[in-house]
Amino acid sequence: MEVVLSVLIGLLVAASVYLMLARNLLRFVFGLVLLSNAANLAIFTAGRLTPSVPPLVPEGATVPPEVVANALPQALVLTAIVISFGLLAFALALLFRGYQELGTLDSDAMRIAEPKPEDEEQRKP
Amino acid sequence: MSWLLTLPILLPIVAAILAFLYRRERQRARVITIGGCLLLLVVSILLFLEVWEQGVVAAQMGSWPSPFGITLVADLLSAVMVVITAITGLAVALFALAEIGPRREKLGFNALFLVLLAGVSGSFLTGDLFNLYVWFEVMLIASFGLLVMGGTKAQLDGGIKYVALNLVSTVFFLIGIGLVYGLTGSLNLADLHGAIRAVENQGLVTTLAVLFIIAFGIKAAIFPLFFWLPAAYHTPAVAVSAVFAGLLTKVGVYALIRMFTLVFTEDVAFTHGLLLVVAAVTMVTGVLGAAAQNEIRKILSFHIISQIGYMVLGLALYTPLALVGAVFYLVHHIIVKANLFLVGGVARRLTGSFELSQIGGLYKSSPLLGLLFLVPAFSLAGFPPLSGFWAKYILIKASLDIDAYVVAAVALIVGLLTIYSMTKIWAEVFWKPHPEGRSPALSQLGRRERIAMLLPISGLAILTVVIGLFPEPFVVFAERAADQLLNPTDYIHTVLGKTE
Repeated sequence: MEVVLSVLIGLLVAASVYLMLARNLLRFVFGLVLLSNAANLAIFTAGRLTPSVPPLVPEGATVPPEVVANALPQALVLTAIVISFGLLAFALALLFRGYQELGTLDSDAMRIAEPKPEDEEQRKP
Repeated sequence: MSWLLTLPILLPIVAAILAFLYRRERQRARVITIGGCLLLLVVSILLFLEVWEQGVVAAQMGSWPSPFGITLVADLLSAVMVVITAITGLAVALFALAEIGPRREKLGFNALFLVLLAGVSGSFLTGDLFNLYVWFEVMLIASFGLLVMGGTKAQLDGGIKYVALNLVSTVFFLIGIGLVYGLTGSLNLADLHGAIRAVENQGLVTTLAVLFIIAFGIKAAIFPLFFWLPAAYHTPAVAVSAVFAGLLTKVGVYALIRMFTLVFTEDVAFTHGLLLVVAAVTMVTGVLGAAAQNEIRKILSFHIISQIGYMVLGLALYTPLALVGAVFYLVHHIIVKANLFLVGGVARRLTGSFELSQIGGLYKSSPLLGLLFLVPAFSLAGFPPLSGFWAKYILIKASLDIDAYVVAAVALIVGLLTIYSMTKIWAEVFWKPHPEGRSPALSQLGRRERIAMLLPISGLAILTVVIGLFPEPFVVFAERAADQLLNPTDYIHTVLGKTE
């Protein structure tokens, strides 16, 4: 099972790198979504996949029974999902504002903050 | 005294919530912000004194025993970084009173600023890898907000690049965390110190180390991962630029120092060798980039990059003296760099622009500002007897001690080129007459504005001079901090609660 997931993570990363190499920033963000999902899956897989019971303590006992699933990776992934959700929402909103103001999503065409020297020369009187 | 460890994180968060609720009442929000920063300074100094007296201090959150629960831990490096965070925060918060303006204050500038400070303090104090990720994110989202607040075209343009590359860095960090957990089953930094050594396949550990170099390297803006920095740092308000320049990249450097003295120390020849090459190239590209710029904040942004190279150099040489240099450099650099941005902000306020070709005449009309620029500028370049001289001296001595002549030469040459950029700013902004014949005097500013702008600048400048004139206590401190970094047994025992 780990092998299958590892291959899947590899595929996700490959697809996300392909998307992130695009000049179109929307594609970049989609690539980022895929990449952060790949990272989450990686954490999940790194916690080992075992067909065991949930880590619940039965009534009357103080420790869970012998073999239980590792709950920590899921807690980590959950935190990471929440955080990346917030960040991606911000990134999308920023892109939208950027598109409204700058009129483009082509990262090469965004030269307001760092104008090319020749453009700067033209701007000067 | 575990409460002392939580306060540098809790105080700014509480103040941020209050400042957000009162954001429409300007006066109250400002009092909350300044008060929050002052309190942060007080508790951070208390924490520092405690660590100085008793050695490493640690606390388990929610009383979960380590290495299972989240640990907060302060050794000397963490403690001093929190103190410096508080100093920078206070200085910038004062400056912001004169600069930010009602619109951005109503949008919640004060709240975001305090959240940023909380994130930075949290990153310095945590002893858990995943928790470090969380504090990075807190810091990052606050910095996003601060960066684009105001929404000019340049800000959005720079902001998009800043956001994009920093998000990539956090994903790298997250993947690294997952793999470290898979390899060792632990995320507690002190526990990892031993667990990483127990891993059979050390090749995998080295691969992971490189993943962390990339993740923290993007944050710290080392070559070739720094491109987000000069794209963004010159676009927001000056107060925002100053706090970013002082603190954000240094959190990356701190994380590198922490990880590569505590966790990844098995294959030093490769990992630290890689960092050494990176450090040298970072210094050179940063300073050359600065030489090509003609705008105050762009010049200063590129100088951040070249200075980061010096700090990474101290880590990469990995001798006791080099780490002393790195710690000393971190402290000195945060003060000086934030100050230079603030001086640049005053210069723009008086002359109307950051473009060197469009301003001038400041020395004649406001010589005090000239003096206040010269102190951090010469310190940055490494003139004796200012703080930068000692920082560079220790680092270069450390590299000569182990016959690393090439990096020593690089460090010296980069210092010279730094003087070139600083004299360029000096000649253009202060020396030459204003192109439109204006004589921009400090008296143009209102009295309150003048105090809010000049008080933090002179405070930081005095600090620079004090460190320069009386370096000994600071060097003694840096030696103890470096000793704790190189011999982390105290750190580990305090966190894991074992005694020998």
